[in-house]
Amino acid sequence: MQLSREDLLRAYRSMCTIRQFEERVHAEFATGDIPGFVHLYAGEEASAVGVCMNLGARDSIASTHRGHGHCIAKGCDVAGMMAEIYGRKSGLCAGKGGSMHIADLDLGMLGANGIVGGGAPLACGAALTAKTLKTGAVAVAFGGDGASNQGTTAEAMNLASVWRLPVVFVLEDNGYAESTASAWSIGGDPLVRAEGFGIPGVRVDGHDFFAVHDAARDAIARARDGGGPSFLHLKLARYFGHFEGDGMTYRAADEVAKLRAERDCLTLFRRRVEEARLLDPAALDAVEAEVAALIEDATRGAKAAPMPAPADLLTDVYVSY
Amino acid sequence: MARKSFRQAVNEAISQEMARDPRVIVMGEDIAGGMGAPGEDDAWGGPLGVTKGLMPQFGRERVLDTPITESGFIGAAAGAALTGLRPIADLMFVDFMGVCFDQIFNQAAKFKYMFGGKARTPLVIRTMYGAGFRAASQHSQCLYPLFTHVPGLKVVIPSSPYEAKGLMIAAIRDDDPVIFFEHKMLYDVEDEVPDEPYTLPFGEANLTREGEDLTIVALGRMVTLANEAADRLGGQGISCTVIDPRTTSPLDIETILEEVRATGRLVVVDEASPRCNMATDISAQVAERAFEALRAPIRMVSPPHTPVPFSPALEDLYVPDVEKIIQAARTAMAAGGRKAA
Amino acid sequence: MAGLRALVMPKMGLAMTEGMVAAWRKAPGEPVAAGEDVADIETSKITAGYESPATGSLRRQVVKPGVMVPVGTLIGVIDDGTADDAEIDAFIAARQAAFVPAAEAASVPAPVRVATEIGPVQVLEAGPQEAAPLVLIHGFGGDLNNWLFLQPLLAARFRTFAIDLPGHGGSTKTLPGGNFAALARAVAAFLRARGIGPAHLVGHSLGGAVALALAPQSLSLSLISPAGLGAEINMDYISGFIAARRAREMQAVLAMLFADPALIGRDMVEGVLRYKRLDGVAAALQAIAAANFANGRQNTSLRATLAAIRVPTLVVWGEADRIIPAAHADALPASVRVVRFPETGHMAQMERAADLARHILDIAGM
Repeated sequence: MQLSREDLLRAYRSMCTIRQFEERVHAEFATGDIPGFVHLYAGEEASAVGVCMNLGARDSIASTHRGHGHCIAKGCDVAGMMAEIYGRKSGLCAGKGGSMHIADLDLGMLGANGIVGGGAPLACGAALTAKTLKTGAVAVAFGGDGASNQGTTAEAMNLASVWRLPVVFVLEDNGYAESTASAWSIGGDPLVRAEGFGIPGVRVDGHDFFAVHDAARDAIARARDGGGPSFLHLKLARYFGHFEGDGMTYRAADEVAKLRAERDCLTLFRRRVEEARLLDPAALDAVEAEVAALIEDATRGAKAAPMPAPADLLTDVYVSY
Repeated sequence: MARKSFRQAVNEAISQEMARDPRVIVMGEDIAGGMGAPGEDDAWGGPLGVTKGLMPQFGRERVLDTPITESGFIGAAAGAALTGLRPIADLMFVDFMGVCFDQIFNQAAKFKYMFGGKARTPLVIRTMYGAGFRAASQHSQCLYPLFTHVPGLKVVIPSSPYEAKGLMIAAIRDDDPVIFFEHKMLYDVEDEVPDEPYTLPFGEANLTREGEDLTIVALGRMVTLANEAADRLGGQGISCTVIDPRTTSPLDIETILEEVRATGRLVVVDEASPRCNMATDISAQVAERAFEALRAPIRMVSPPHTPVPFSPALEDLYVPDVEKIIQAARTAMAAGGRKAA
Repeated sequence: MAGLRALVMPKMGLAMTEGMVAAWRKAPGEPVAAGEDVADIETSKITAGYESPATGSLRRQVVKPGVMVPVGTLIGVIDDGTADDAEIDAFIAARQAAFVPAAEAASVPAPVRVATEIGPVQVLEAGPQEAAPLVLIHGFGGDLNNWLFLQPLLAARFRTFAIDLPGHGGSTKTLPGGNFAALARAVAAFLRARGIGPAHLVGHSLGGAVALALAPQSLSLSLISPAGLGAEINMDYISGFIAARRAREMQAVLAMLFADPALIGRDMVEGVLRYKRLDGVAAALQAIAAANFANGRQNTSLRATLAAIRVPTLVVWGEADRIIPAAHADALPASVRVVRFPETGHMAQMERAADLARHILDIAGM
């Protein structure tokens, strides 16, 4: 572990931001103010932050329908995200994308994605751009256990291997593709699948920020150095349903409570840095308070922000038409 | 200026744009050919030789052979377009859209809108279409109506070598995703094509014939047939306007309406399957906006609603031909009222 | 049959291989004078009058209007009044039996691109190598095809070079500058590249001003509706030419060029549109217009230059010119020969090719 105090504070701030953002969306969604449907990332923070801590703004990520965490970890503006989720004109996508399509191309956030398995080929494209223009950038494709069974994921991994692209495939295996257990839906072992494409892979405890961070660091460095694609299989868990309103009747009764008590990535992180005396509790508490204020502002701002104008319906379909 | 085939015109357009802009790359199955194989490099230059010579000129880094993995490489092309390249991806036969359509219509087509206008997706997908090649049901379709249906895509259907070069250069320079349809039967057709780069505008129909009695709208390869039909009808005293829309998205409906208002009669020739094709779309728009100008029912010349058959005996029956266009024109002329003085 | 003269489908332009009678101007039996239009001939590019080669009466219209026939095909017969019908039938039969259409494209000279210090310049050369050089310089938005009727007539006596100015036709679209002097430098660069010394210069409109700027290096000057002799210029034409994108818009713009707009063929319109779509053309045209016609007026006068030159100079103007008024031919120095064509627009080299050729030969001392 070579993270500085500033890095650790940044990591904790980012993970806390995701957690509080998602818990707030969860609470607000229940009031009926948020249109559509949202898929919350709470519980998986160590993945997004552990990976994205190793990326810069010129690096790209392709995300999933459960994308808020990736957005925040990649640096997206939280107020803009919240406004987007509320369908406001001031949203990151001007209210036209919503939760499933938040993107910030200037930050290399190529979009959450409403299509399971949609992102992996796009990440290959970003990696191809980096390779062709010799920018030194890398791309990361986040995908869930559902996406891991899509043909696009297999095609993207093969293409990345054949073209030796600077891309890292991150499988966020939270145990459930919608209501279906990954233990049932994934035939064989994802690591062996990667190996079959000639892509080195490693299985990591996705609740452990440090384990994720170090594995991602190595994979991203390998990509940046021209070593080609890598694969990370992260075992982790989501605290909320597939979407808000999912009663999660398919999960064991005490499953989430137990995870929160024993395997929570934020708690594990705090314990680790406090025990190693890397950060003191007061500093961590201060981060939490700071984030709480940020989320409160973002939520108030989003609720007060104007809706798109009728004329906005017809714009942004084409650059020119 | 020299006579060039449709194939050469497309090749020259791509080559000139690759020379002009280092961000332009091409990718596809067998786009150079022979990758990893013991024989020649640039073995194919695409299955029908359209991209032959590009790899030796621009290198493997910009002319990328792909595995047979349409979802993978079409998606990669979309991602590359989103991040700064200007890829030209070869979908080979448009029939193969079935295995990669998500990457086109859910991803590339929608980036700009769903990201609130911030995205640019300068992607060209080249693809072969059309019957007449004895290629049967999975290699002969005219699926441009499906792409035309999707907001965010532009759809280009060039009708001649001259049109192909100008429209291809325009497609490559366009910042939106463009689906570029190449009819297999047109590749060997020759035409005067300027050596210099030039562009043809999207959404501006071309009048290939100007007449007074009847308007014929035709797409892609059908334009040649419509021209021939118009010339023969002209010899029989029926003077026809022939409109080549060039692009179905954007569609220059205004020019079509203008000509229908001038002639009062409309025949639409579309090689695509007859339900929800361009003929029905154009007819509906004309009926909605220029009904009062019509002096006879609109005639649509399309294939029957069947898959494309294999046997030459059946395929020749399937595809619209000059006789069918002439027949439709005669029917339109015979029906309805006289031209107002 | 001494009094019988064949009318054949004329070759109007080097690349013409076929044409049709658009309309007969004379009925069978009607008298016709030599030089009088006996028919309108239509090619895909343009329609032009066909001057009778002899005086007599039109005895037969062999070809009906609207029928496309190869160049050289017998289309009519003129007689001085001595032949009977049997003789004419025999004459027609003999001509038709002997007629062999020229092999297509075999003898058509093609333009070539010449590398010069200002970039490639396209030229169509025609005429004997040993003859005196004559350079044809087109106008704004034109190209070497503007000379398609005149060049063959001049090529009988001169080694002719019809060039495309920079920004035009097949020449470089990068301008060395947009004003007369810069374009003149480009022509001079071409002459150097081809090793051509002093030459007879024929310039049209903007090309007339360019030719005038090159007067010191010329053997004679023939200026057709030249720019540079007055302030007026039809900006509807200049701006319209730059703006027009579609065939009908361009047709309306090009119609301003001719006294009889019906002369413009579909191919001419399409050719101009195709030229305008080439990379760099829009910028070049705008730059030339800005350099010479800013504020809607010609901003360079070459009248002083004209007064100072010593070589034989011809100024030709169509009285119905709607681009640059024929009044610009007024009050020119006495040394300049001025010819005005009635019922002629801005394109005397197309509208009055035969007459114009005679005047050019004369001023050049040929």
